[in-house]
Amino acid sequence: MIEVNDIYKSFGDTHVLKGISTVFDKGKTNLVIGQSGSGKTVFLKCLLGLFSPDKGTISHDGKIYSQLSPKDQRNLRQDMGMVFQGNALFDSMTVEGNVMFPLEMFTKQSHSEMQDRADFVLKRVNLIDAHKKYPSEISGGMQKRVAIARAIVMNPRYLFCDEPNSGLDPRTAIIIDNLIQEITKEYDITTVVNTHDMNSVMEIGEKIVFLKNGIKEWEGTKDEIFKTDNEAVTSFVYSSELFKKVRQLYIGERD
Amino acid sequence: MNYLASIGSYAIMIKEVFRKPTKWSIMKSLILKEIDELIFGSLGILIFISFFIGGVVAIQTALNITSELIPKNLVGFATRQSIILEFAPTFCSIIMAGKVGSYITSSIGTMRVTEQIDALEMMGVNALNYLVFPKIIALLLYPFLIAISMYIGIFGGWFAGVFGGFSTSADFVEGLQLDFIPFHVTYAFIKTLVFAFILATIPSFHGFYMKGGALEVGKAATTSFVWTSVVIIILNYVLTQLLLG
Repeated sequence: MIEVNDIYKSFGDTHVLKGISTVFDKGKTNLVIGQSGSGKTVFLKCLLGLFSPDKGTISHDGKIYSQLSPKDQRNLRQDMGMVFQGNALFDSMTVEGNVMFPLEMFTKQSHSEMQDRADFVLKRVNLIDAHKKYPSEISGGMQKRVAIARAIVMNPRYLFCDEPNSGLDPRTAIIIDNLIQEITKEYDITTVVNTHDMNSVMEIGEKIVFLKNGIKEWEGTKDEIFKTDNEAVTSFVYSSELFKKVRQLYIGERD
Repeated sequence: MNYLASIGSYAIMIKEVFRKPTKWSIMKSLILKEIDELIFGSLGILIFISFFIGGVVAIQTALNITSELIPKNLVGFATRQSIILEFAPTFCSIIMAGKVGSYITSSIGTMRVTEQIDALEMMGVNALNYLVFPKIIALLLYPFLIAISMYIGIFGGWFAGVFGGFSTSADFVEGLQLDFIPFHVTYAFIKTLVFAFILATIPSFHGFYMKGGALEVGKAATTSFVWTSVVIIILNYVLTQLLLG
């Protein structure tokens, strides 16, 4: 569980986060949504400990990151897995090398043990045939799955995903969304996903936090988001023609 | 003020490079990879340039000896002095700033743009130690390259002098041995080691702290080349004054 308590973050005169408080539960897929520039990425980087909030606290299962010693911060980091927007796979390593990297860095396992673990997670994301290929030799969807495999190889307690569907076709995006949700349930981890993809909200949004201009404008579930009267949320959710039609049908059915 | 801030950031970066070392088993393979890339990968171009520059130095010297009073062995002497004192350590380092420096900046810069450095930091890896330290260690072998450059440069001078009809082999070799001061080689290697550190760190600094996209990676590589060359030239002056002045 991650508890965020009244955090503020500024860069010079730009106030990016303005007093956000929320709780992300374990075993749930938590979504942070909002327009570009709403502060989602900075918020996620604060959760990861890459940025420290100017004010307020973030606690990971009771441990307040900013109050930990550097050694404990490093240990906590090893409990976190991150899927970056652009995947951030190491070009010079094969798929297997990328997945084994955290194990090589932080464990004392033998090479065969690490290989077994890498094979296990690659199987989990349906990528066992690609383990000797380089990231440039596989598709965007496969790269995303490698990034997920790398993020979960250390058995993390927290999984963070920044725009996991960007650049993917709708079908592959759904596969990735479902994979993230399955892994969250299977490993009982706290997952936070940054997205502005409404399909993801519909697919996996068990808890949704809506940010606008650095403020938490709304929070709720995927069912509640369609019933809310919050103007900022509705103008974001129903910005596409498709969702406008979905809403008309929904209102029509309700009436 | 910007320059001062950059110098401060550079100093902080150097301190960070030596903090929280990466596991030795991983570091070992990174160092070997960098030796292959930075040292062996530069051997060909340095041999090629050294041979021809050595030849040109010998020809230019011979062509400028017009007085009968100047001994013929001056061609070998001037070639040796030019190559050992300046061409091999300094001129080669400027070439390396272009070849190795732009490679370092663009490879680290691309990692920054594609969030690979963020991924390292997020995992709790000291990205500066992981990326820059192996390059510094690999470039400790840079004097080995410069020693080869000296040898090939002098050989190029002998080849051009003798086969171009500007000097006899005996005169050239006599000139090579004339008034030889072993400290000049030491001086050249001291300079080379300092330049090696500059070649590893300034391009890394420009790559690591760059912001933006692909276009900025190109710009950072150019800026890194300019600053590496400027620092090498200034340090060349300072070290010459300190060691030979």
